[in-house]
This record gives sequence, structure tokens and C-alpha cells, in this order.
Amino acid sequence: MTPALTDAERGFQRSRVTRLRRPPVWVATVVVVAVAAWVLFLADGAPAGAAVDDPGKFLVTVLDGVTFAGLLFVAASGFTLIFGLMRTVNMAHGSLFLLAAYVAIRVQEAMVGRSRNIDPADVGLLDWLVPLLAGAGVAAVLGLAIQQVFLQWNEGQEMRQTLLTLAITVVLADQMLREFGGLAQRVVWPGAVTHFFSIMGERYAVTRLVMLGIAVLVGVLLWLWLNRTSVGMVIRAGVDDRQMVRGLGINIRRVFALTFLVGSFLAGVGGVLGASFAGAAPGTDGSWLLNALVVVIIGGLGSLKGAAAGSLLYGTVVAFSPAYLPSQYSYYAIIMTFGLLALVLAVRPYGLFGRPA
Amino acid sequence: MTPDDALLEVRGLRAGYGASVVLDGLSFSMGVESVAVVGRNGMGKTTLCDTLVGFLPPSGGEVRLAGRRLDGLAPETIALAGIAYVPQGRRLFPSLTVDEHLAMLARRTRGRRWTPAAVYELFPRLAERRHHGGADLSGGEQQMLSVGRALLLNAPLVVMDEPSEGLAPTIVDVLVDAVHHLVAEGVAVLVVEQNLRAAVRMADRQLVMVSGRIEAEFTGDELLDRPELQHRYLGVGSTAPAGIATASNHTEGERA
Repeated sequence: MTPALTDAERGFQRSRVTRLRRPPVWVATVVVVAVAAWVLFLADGAPAGAAVDDPGKFLVTVLDGVTFAGLLFVAASGFTLIFGLMRTVNMAHGSLFLLAAYVAIRVQEAMVGRSRNIDPADVGLLDWLVPLLAGAGVAAVLGLAIQQVFLQWNEGQEMRQTLLTLAITVVLADQMLREFGGLAQRVVWPGAVTHFFSIMGERYAVTRLVMLGIAVLVGVLLWLWLNRTSVGMVIRAGVDDRQMVRGLGINIRRVFALTFLVGSFLAGVGGVLGASFAGAAPGTDGSWLLNALVVVIIGGLGSLKGAAAGSLLYGTVVAFSPAYLPSQYSYYAIIMTFGLLALVLAVRPYGLFGRPA
Repeated sequence: MTPDDALLEVRGLRAGYGASVVLDGLSFSMGVESVAVVGRNGMGKTTLCDTLVGFLPPSGGEVRLAGRRLDGLAPETIALAGIAYVPQGRRLFPSLTVDEHLAMLARRTRGRRWTPAAVYELFPRLAERRHHGGADLSGGEQQMLSVGRALLLNAPLVVMDEPSEGLAPTIVDVLVDAVHHLVAEGVAVLVVEQNLRAAVRMADRQLVMVSGRIEAEFTGDELLDRPELQHRYLGVGSTAPAGIATASNHTEGERA
């Protein structure tokens, strides 16, 4: 083998996998084992109690984690899709999330014919689905407009694009406050799904499972789109090597526009789901931008698999921390998120499925 | 070759990176034939390729394909106008399988000469590997895929940068056959090579590039039998066997 070949191949692999670093792997393993042992057997002073003593609480916490992960995935998948192809951190992602929520709330109010205190029993399936599509549609169109007006001519200038979208976030936040007020509002789930079922002696909300179901549906559709259509293949190829894609005669700008449209639509779907689940208020935009960032940093920017894995890990930590930290420390649950981030980045600096840009 | 019947005409082409000039008024023309550009490392061969396909915007000069000016256009426009590129290092997409590399371009190829099926026919080894990832292929298979992918553009001209780099002699044979096959079908091939022997086998005309210009032109295997010319233009020692000596040095110098 000539030196040229080995060099070329090494370069190829380096771009494909980021090797595991040894010592952090051991640290991570020890931490994971310790946490598992604590949750399963030792967590006596925690609100939920050790899992072996109270399997019902444990199951509920797992469900909480997985269903919240579903919402995280929907919100982060569009973000990671846009970043992966365009290397643009779309700081306006959270704003699109919140705007879609507000639009959905208005549309739902108009459809049900009442504002505030809408009874789920009055909300039909369509009274939820139409607002969902309206909100996500507005987010998609606004996202596309942002891309066309502000980002297109700054192609390749990542810092400018990031600052531009950040500025848009500030402007949109003010305008939404003016238009929709400062009170927390929510999209009301349709009456058909606002039930509880019981599992191992615990009551559990059907709506959370609906949220998970929608997330799975979004994930499957995205996967099919990226893996089974030629546009999807072009997007994946573009994540690897944008210039070469152009060299094959593909108009990457059209692909960028489509990706931004879909990514913003997903932000909108996430926003409506989030507003149904936890409500929408000023500040929701920032916190969901942060959530999306955490998910894609854990999972690796630009990877759909990474978004799924990151959502699951983050969702699990968010659900388990308040339930299984000793009661007097519950207040510090939020810190566990950063512990997770530090741990993952120590083992894989580019995230679980990430590659160097 | 008179300008009238030239497929590709390059006149006074200038390009570089920042303040450093790499292509310094380079001119040549070619018809439906295979032409090789040979030269020492750092003479601007890869820059020439990148400029022709629009990856690097030229700072002066003209590129015409069948009379149409292409210099300064976007890479996708140039590709669709008829210059397909097989870049140095192959630049496959690690996330895509062999099949997906071809399938993503398949829609445009309907009813044309080169379809994914035709590429598999040209390189049967690719067909066996169709569900492998782009990164799991051997060097030779990667090169076949890179060529096959370029063919799907059904372009009248294919530019290949260092196609024989790092490949076993039997694979180079396959590539040489493919080049002749293409020319026989009316596709022009411009091949940039470090490996003189491969260059001579792929192309009847060889242009020697020195400091960003074409300095000399040879035909047939004239260069192979003239060690003093090799020494002068390619830096190959007169005692070294022709073609082997420069096969292993590559990229860094040329990109910088």
C-alpha cells in the first residue's frame, strides 16, 4: 500500500468516527453504574423511593422521561436538521416554537368560540389538529422567510447567521409579548385524549402517550424522508460535503430552503405540542431553544439518530432527577442536566453521533 | 486543435488563494479526446481542476465549453452545463451507501446514456457492493464510485483529479479502460496525474504544467522514453523509473 492510500483512508475515517477517549469512558461507566444502583436499590430518602421498593413510581418516572423525550425530539429534530446541512445555528428556533404555540392558541379559541378556560370536552379532534397545522405552518413560512431574507446571502458566514437569528429572536419576543400578552396560555388537548389510565397502581395521563406517539410518527416520517427519497439523500450528502453536492449539479440553495421550511415546521409542531403539554408564555422561546441545544449537543449536531438519543437521555435525566435525588436536594435537579452534558462531552466531544464539522 | 472545434477552451486562466497566484494565465484547448495534465507537486494542477468546475472562482481569463462561457459560474451551473468532476481524494459521502450515491442523482438520468444501471454495468464490482457505505469501500471501489457518480451527469467533459492516486495497478487498468471507453463514446476526459505512466496510458496528449501555466505538450509515450525531459518538467530523477517516483506525494502542497 502506498503512503497516499493510507493517508487518504485515515482522513476518511477520521471524519466518520470520533474515537472514544479512554479515561472518561471509565469515569462515565462508574457514574452510570453508581446512578443505576442508587435508583434501583438505595434511593430511600428520595421522593420516589428505591425502584425495587416502589416499581410503580419507577415506571411512571420512566414514562415521564420517555414522553418528555418525545417532545424534546420534535423540537430538536428540526434544529439539528438545519444545523447539519447549513452549519447555521438557528437561534430563532425557540421563537418559531413559541409563535406556533400562540398561533395555535388563537386558532383554537376561534374554532371553539371561546377564549380562556376552554373545557377539553368542547374540544374536538379537529379543534386541536387544525390549530397544530396552522401554528406549524406559520412557523414554517416565517422560518423560510428568515432564511431567504437574512441567511441566504450570508451563506458560509456562520457567526453572522447566528447573530442575525439571535437578533430576530429578540425582536420576535417583544412583538409576541405585545400581541399575545404576558400571561401563560395553553392549547387545550381534545377531550378524546384527556383521560387517565392506571398502570401498576399509578394514574397516568393519556395525553403524554399521545405526545410520544406524535414524536415517534415525526421520527419515522423524517427517517423515511432522509433515507428513502432522493431529496433526503441529497441532504445527507450535503451534511458530509456541501461543495461536492454542488459539483454534482445540485442546486444546494433550493435544498437549504426546503430544509429550513421543514425544520421550522417541526419547531412549530414542537411548539404546539409543548403548549398543549405545559403552556406557552414569554420565556418559553428561550427555554426551548436551550432544550434543543442541550439535546443536539448531547446527540451530536446534525444527526437525527443523535437527536433521538439526546432526547431520551435528557428526558430521562429531567424526569429522574427530581424523583430520585434525596428530598433535601430536589431543588438541585436542574444541575443534573449539566452533569449529563459534561459526562457525554468528556466521552465524545462532538456528541454521541456527532462528527467534526 | 483550432478554437472552432474545441470542446473545452481555456484562455489566460488566473486563480489563486488570497494573495498567492497559482494559475498564472493558463491556456489550452481540447476536443473530444483524453488529455492529461502532468506536473510536479505544487504547480497548480488541483487548483486548475477546482477552478474549471467552479469550486474556486477564477480571478481572470476565460473557460468555454462548446463556446459557452463558464468561468465565474456556480459549481452546480457548471456541472449542469457539462463538466463533471472526479475530485482528488474521491470525496464520497460517508453517510451514503453506494446505491444512494447513484440514486440521489438518478432522476435526471432517465432516458440518458448514463444511468445507475449503466454505471453498475461499467463497474460490476460496485454492483456487488451496492449496499455498502461509501467509507467501507476499498480505494479502487471508491474511485469507481466517484467516476460513476460523475458519469450520471451525462456531461460531455469529465475532469479527473489524480484518479490513479494510491491505487493498485490492476485497478489503474480498470480506470484506463474506462477512460478509453468514454472517449470512444464521445465523452472528453481531462485527467490530472502525478503518475506519468498512468497519464500516458490514459491520454494521448499530455500537457506539462509548470508554475501555473502549460509549458509543453507531448503526444504518445514520448515523455516516457525521455528521462531528461522528465527531469526538467516533472522533477523525476533521470535514474528513477518513470512514473513511479511521483506517485506517492500528493495533496497538501497543492491545496495550500
